[in-house]
Amino acid sequence: MTAGITQLSCAAIRERVARRELSAEEVTRAHLDRIAAREPDLDAFLATAPEQALEKARRLDRSLAGGAAVPALAGVPLAVKDILHVSGLPTTCASRLLAGYRPPFEATVVTKLEAAGAIVVGKTNMDEFAMGSSTEHSAIKPTRNPWDPERVPGGSSGGSAAAVAARLVPLALGTDTGGSIRQPAAFCGVSGLKPTWGRASRYGVVAFASSLDQVGPLARSAQDLAIAASVLCGHDPRDATSAARAVPDYGSALGRGGAGLRIGVPRAALAEGVAPEALARFEEALRALQTAGVSVVDTELPHLAHAIAAYYLVATAEASSNLARFDGVRYGVRAAGAHDLRRLYGETRDQGFGPEVKRRILLGTFALSSGYYDAYYLRAQRVRTLILRDFEQAFAACDAVATPTTPAPAFRFGEKTENPLQMYLEDVFTVPANLAGLPALSVPCGLANGLPVGLQLVGRPFEEETLLRLGHSLQTVTTHHDLVPPDSRSRGS
Amino acid sequence: MPRISEDTVLSVARLARLQLSSDELARFARELESIVAWADSLQALDTDGVPPLLLDTGGASLREDEPRGTLARDLALEPAPDSAEGLFRVPRVLP
Repeated sequence: MTAGITQLSCAAIRERVARRELSAEEVTRAHLDRIAAREPDLDAFLATAPEQALEKARRLDRSLAGGAAVPALAGVPLAVKDILHVSGLPTTCASRLLAGYRPPFEATVVTKLEAAGAIVVGKTNMDEFAMGSSTEHSAIKPTRNPWDPERVPGGSSGGSAAAVAARLVPLALGTDTGGSIRQPAAFCGVSGLKPTWGRASRYGVVAFASSLDQVGPLARSAQDLAIAASVLCGHDPRDATSAARAVPDYGSALGRGGAGLRIGVPRAALAEGVAPEALARFEEALRALQTAGVSVVDTELPHLAHAIAAYYLVATAEASSNLARFDGVRYGVRAAGAHDLRRLYGETRDQGFGPEVKRRILLGTFALSSGYYDAYYLRAQRVRTLILRDFEQAFAACDAVATPTTPAPAFRFGEKTENPLQMYLEDVFTVPANLAGLPALSVPCGLANGLPVGLQLVGRPFEEETLLRLGHSLQTVTTHHDLVPPDSRSRGS
Repeated sequence: MPRISEDTVLSVARLARLQLSSDELARFARELESIVAWADSLQALDTDGVPPLLLDTGGASLREDEPRGTLARDLALEPAPDSAEGLFRVPRVLP
């Protein structure tokens, strides 16, 4: 019974709660039990909140019994990346510097999802301050890939992706600055959406690189992403960069299917560097979409090769500025024994930040420093314009640009930690959407050598709907998104 | 030509208020040198006349400059490592 509940989609949970076949409390309890059973093998969570979750579930059950309307995510257990503030829970960003920090306010997207009936069950692991592609830069612990415990789940939203894949929750929140929702979604075999820059509020989300960051959902199907995106997107007076545009009902748009839509494939960019098995799954997904009436055309992204360099200059420059606030004065863990202010700052930050965060702060400060600003930061911002123009030209002949989400499936722990550059190159297909501010979706497209890989679709600004229709179309003619990682391959068994 | 010496890292770290050990200085100098050398590929691109990207969602319109409520003082001070008399407390700044 319990096992059955944790297989349910967000849509199915809401339907059963609406029909009184299940209570929100039963749904929550089943997922909490599953978390308790699987968490020792996965380490997907940094904190769980069983009592708080059950109390909220019972409150929802009482209000539904009293005749209240059934909201869009009634009784849906939700895991939240530990970079978003949730009332009553700590936010650590998987950093020693924020150990024990309890934010005095909540992220707008969390408040909106809870108002729609979602039940927060815990906070998920991540690379420290969202800087990384594997959760190996978490100062607390690495998360394991549910498909193979010797491999990373991807990052930085690795805990969220692993939790959704292993059926610990049907829905999770992540953030995506250069692929941090899509890459772990691909590595764990789930679906993930990075909305257009500005589409969703970032109030209550710890900033990494403000011109690139966006919040988005991870779930098992495009349909569940559509339901969640309709709730969490939209303008927020507390985030001046959030767009004042109406949010479509993405869920009802899915019925229109993908027939008649056109996908562009940048063939030249795929010619080298993509693992053969991953490329084969990508081609099969394109053929499956064609059977659903989608047409596939060739396209070009001439500046793609420069995206990662531009990304790491812009992202680190903005991070060096955003992370200046962690100085041991207003929040966080202060280094003991510093008797002057300068040492207090320096020692707090030296003891509190891990190596990857320091590396990026140094690179970003360098890129912004006098004498280098024009050559690095400003030039990188100009390259972003070239990349956006590439996409604009592509969109003249297609509705979405498709690539594999990653060049290869999940790598082994330690495989890329010795060489930071090697880790950065992992993001080749995901960073362009952030640089250009465009929406992007990753959906599972099968297994390559037994490990999941993803299909990425990048769309025009504010056309999340097109991407979700294409993703749903693929999931109507294939079953990749229903593949379940085996429970039995856990550590030590 | 190496751009990033240990001295460069030291001065950048000072700007960033990071107190690094000598081991860290050596390692970061090596790593940043290879990252920056690689990022130099951008120098080959012709960006003359290309404006820097400015994303605009239209959401950042100006609002009336009217005073309104914000985070209560006691809530803001609660996560502070040290506070006194309603203020954040830090080591003495003036001699």
